[in-house]
Amino acid sequence: MKFSDQLEQRFATMVTHYPTKRSVLVPMLLYIQDELGSLTEEAIHEIAQRVELSDLEVRNVISYYSMLRTRAVGKYNFQICTNVSCLLRGAEDIFEQCKKKLGVGNKQTTSDGLFYLEEVECIGACSWAPAMMMNYEFVENLTAAKIDELIEGLKKKEQQ
Amino acid sequence: MAYLVSHPDEVKVVSKRFGKGATSLDRYLELDGYKALQKALTMQPDAIINEVKASNLRGRGGAGFPTGMKWSFVPKQSPKPKYVLCNGDESEPGTCKDRLIFEHDPHSVIEGVMIAALAVGAKTGYIYLRGEYRYLVQIMEKAVADAYARGFIGKNIFGSGVDLDIFVHSGAGAYEVGEESALMESLEGKRGIPRIRPPFPAVVGLWGGPTVINNAESLASVPHIILGGGEWFAKLGTPKNGGTRLFCMSGELERPGVYELPMGYNLKKMIYDVAGGMVKGKKLKGVVPGGSSVQIITPDEIDVAMDFDSLPKVGSMLGSGGVIVIDDHTCLVKFALRVTQFYQHESCGWCIPCREGTDWMKKTLVRMHSGGGVAKDIDNLKYLAENMLGRTFCPLGDAAAMPIISYVQKFRSEFEDHLNGKPCPYEKAAQPVMV
Ligand SMILES: Cc1cc2nc3c(=O)[nH]c(=O)nc-3n(C[C@H](O)[C@H](O)[C@H](O)COP(=O)(O)O)c2cc1C
Ligand code: SF4
Ligand code: FES
Repeated sequence: MKFSDQLEQRFATMVTHYPTKRSVLVPMLLYIQDELGSLTEEAIHEIAQRVELSDLEVRNVISYYSMLRTRAVGKYNFQICTNVSCLLRGAEDIFEQCKKKLGVGNKQTTSDGLFYLEEVECIGACSWAPAMMMNYEFVENLTAAKIDELIEGLKKKEQQ
Repeated sequence: MAYLVSHPDEVKVVSKRFGKGATSLDRYLELDGYKALQKALTMQPDAIINEVKASNLRGRGGAGFPTGMKWSFVPKQSPKPKYVLCNGDESEPGTCKDRLIFEHDPHSVIEGVMIAALAVGAKTGYIYLRGEYRYLVQIMEKAVADAYARGFIGKNIFGSGVDLDIFVHSGAGAYEVGEESALMESLEGKRGIPRIRPPFPAVVGLWGGPTVINNAESLASVPHIILGGGEWFAKLGTPKNGGTRLFCMSGELERPGVYELPMGYNLKKMIYDVAGGMVKGKKLKGVVPGGSSVQIITPDEIDVAMDFDSLPKVGSMLGSGGVIVIDDHTCLVKFALRVTQFYQHESCGWCIPCREGTDWMKKTLVRMHSGGGVAKDIDNLKYLAENMLGRTFCPLGDAAAMPIISYVQKFRSEFEDHLNGKPCPYEKAAQPVMV
């Protein structure tokens, strides 16, 4: 498998930052996933060779980190924090609303492949609770109206 | 983007550049940026360490270990390279302060890492950010690149003859990786399984070399200490608790937010004055004053100074600075369940008391919350937690156990309200579940 130019460049720079090659592994896996949508078999094999590990050793690392995945999910990744600070401010209702509105359960993708819904642990937005992440974007001080608007907006954008 | 708040009682040290455009290097320089580093370059390493010792700065990551003392443990001579590692994994529920530092004042973290490196004789510093903080990785990478471009980082910094490199590293989602030894494993490209101690990281750390690990807020305080003097910083706080702290106020408050207040600020004032009190119609039930890992305190106990030595007097800890304010509309069994679910999910599974203990506690709490509990479950829960305490490989086990013991001790009646088929009194239509 060939990496994109961007990934190639990242790898080339990062590998000079550490005394061992495998130190690039965790961030590199995330950058690869961002491009490919998931960590495919080919991608795992490629990075494993580059950092001189077996595919299995790389998989072993992948399975530890909650953001890394070997299967693709929806285009818009809705990660709703339901941890305590958010719980106190109605995160459960927000999560239920998302389930209903999207018609999916926890860790499921909508049939059109657009939305993925996931309940997550604290994302570091506790003082602006309830909060979620949409891909890498924080959406904070959530209300039912804000969720409606967000989902409708994305649906509309996709129809265009 | 996180929102900024302000209150007249605040003493802005670490947050003094928030909202002032300091992500731009020129702006940072206008606001006294990199002056502390230049001053440190003229100081002997021991003088830097002594200044930090005099400041009474204690680790802002949670444990409150004196930063100057930690640095002094690093051996002067080492056959292996030494490192500084900034902990920006910030994943303790209730905590959202390091994020603001990276977002608004990225160079202050870089400067802090560099001063720490000068103090211990390290040539390389890493800034580890949790994977979810991608926008902050971008901000930090730009800040580092800008500083390299001016010759502030790299070879012969400020013409001093000193070489120093700084790199930004992203995680990929894991609370346990915030634990210092797991953090090193993760940076080395492995699963975040903690290491046995001793040896401590200051002696054997990254790739076997002596390593200083500090929280981002601790490191961002360092340039201010070097410029203003350790004594000045110490005086801002209470004895043995120097300086100020970013307190993350969350819960059903009128003005939740992150406030920088002197160490030892009164918790009651923090809730009712600084954060504007509870939202209308809700009353205070309890406070978890230092992130989800610390014990709960009751409304009778909140007239307390927020520092590392005062909170233990009411049976809790200062922890990470996350002040979680619980209102009377919240079921404490539900709260306990959510906290336990977190630790069960984040337990790395390496040692049995934590892996099994968190799982059993979670199962018990799921059952209790849904009305399937029996009287002995309450003591069982406490017994499980007490048997984890001090018996786990890393402090995550204690962090999972201590809160539960405190909830049962201080709010036993709420657990009793959930027994023998009685569903949660706070739920609209709860169904008993058996697990
Ligand atoms: C389970 C666990 C998670 C932790 N998470 C963090 C974290 O996210 N950020 C942090 O700075 N310290 C965290 N710590 C504390 C670190 O182990 C370490 O004590 C700290 O980074 C040292 O820096 P300080 O002395 O400046 O506080 C965690 C500890 C444990 C046991
Ligand atoms: S206490 Fe928990 S997190 Fe720590 S080593 Fe044991 S299983 Fe892992
Ligand atoms: S608890 Fe939800 S962001 Fe921290």
